[in-house]
Amino acid sequence: MHEWALAESIVMATLEEARKEKIKSITQVIVYIGELQQIEKEIFLFALRELSKSQKPPIKKDAFILKTEKSILLCKNCGENWKYSDMKKKLNETESESIHFIPEVVFVHTRCPKCGSPDFEITKGRGVVLSSIKGVQ
Amino acid sequence: MEPRTSVIEKRLININRIIAVASGKGGVGKSLVASSLALHLAQEGYRVGLLDLDLYGPSSHIILGVKNEFPTEEKGIIPPVVHGISFMSIVYFTEEKPSPFRGVDISNIILELLAITQWGSLDFLIIDMPPGIGDETLDVIRYMKTSEFLVVTTPSKVAMGAVSKLLNILIELKKPVLGVIENMTMMDSSFIEQEVKRLQIRYLGKIHFDETLEESIGKPDHLKETKAMKDLRVILKKMKL
Repeated sequence: MHEWALAESIVMATLEEARKEKIKSITQVIVYIGELQQIEKEIFLFALRELSKSQKPPIKKDAFILKTEKSILLCKNCGENWKYSDMKKKLNETESESIHFIPEVVFVHTRCPKCGSPDFEITKGRGVVLSSIKGVQ
Repeated sequence: MEPRTSVIEKRLININRIIAVASGKGGVGKSLVASSLALHLAQEGYRVGLLDLDLYGPSSHIILGVKNEFPTEEKGIIPPVVHGISFMSIVYFTEEKPSPFRGVDISNIILELLAITQWGSLDFLIIDMPPGIGDETLDVIRYMKTSEFLVVTTPSKVAMGAVSKLLNILIELKKPVLGVIENMTMMDSSFIEQEVKRLQIRYLGKIHFDETLEESIGKPDHLKETKAMKDLRVILKKMKL
């Protein structure tokens, strides 16, 4: 249930943002989930809903919209672009689980598929991001 | 919007004191001081956590002889308790492989670790810092606002040159500095003491070079009995720790 901790950060950030924007009731929260973090969507959504109960300002039960973002990696050495999903099969369970906890360890357990360099970057789809919130002011 | 920063304060709220063991220079014995400090506090009956933030070259797990341990998942991750210390390190996720991280990755890892680690209630959280005043130091200052710094140097003028820079930035940022420990001393010299006092920082004392120390690495029970640990205990007593 590592998803719980991340859901907690989303709920706290949502409330912080709503207070800043003087929103009295939160009706929509869009959250992007980077593929690299391999979040269990159902657990994450359950945690978001549980943690949203009895909050001030209130968060509507079905406010959360989760959108998955493909993870794109770019090699700084040769310019190759690739998707995490393309290389996932090559990872063993422990490596994959480590990336689930700390997405940056992708630099430890994988290499550029073209030139073998460890010097690449995550250009899209790293982890959990609060994209936008809507509500009644 | 970055959500993880919103939850860090909550994760640290039940920690009484956060002590970052730092230095401007590598190889001065920060990890050994941090691990020994954590062992000492645990032995004294305190609830202690140790966070190894040296992400390129973590070594606290080697000093403490941590093997085949992994955090448990419970509304985040709970560090395993090793020799009475709740111990968290990147090494659980890197398996001793090289860690080629750039600055932005370092900050992301620190944010992730701080956001998902459930420390529970602690009397002390000791942080084994990497050398210098880079991302890790700046992130600890930014996200762990109550942190106090315990600075380590060797008697070397070269080490002290880099340590002075760290001390100056900590003074400038008004961060509490508990003092400076002079580690691995081999002869009598007051150079470091004078330099530290010139900066109006507390000079805490010397840990003499202990040629038998290497044999105690990975064996915390032996480590507690070393001459180096005895010297450290004298310093910690002075610090009321």
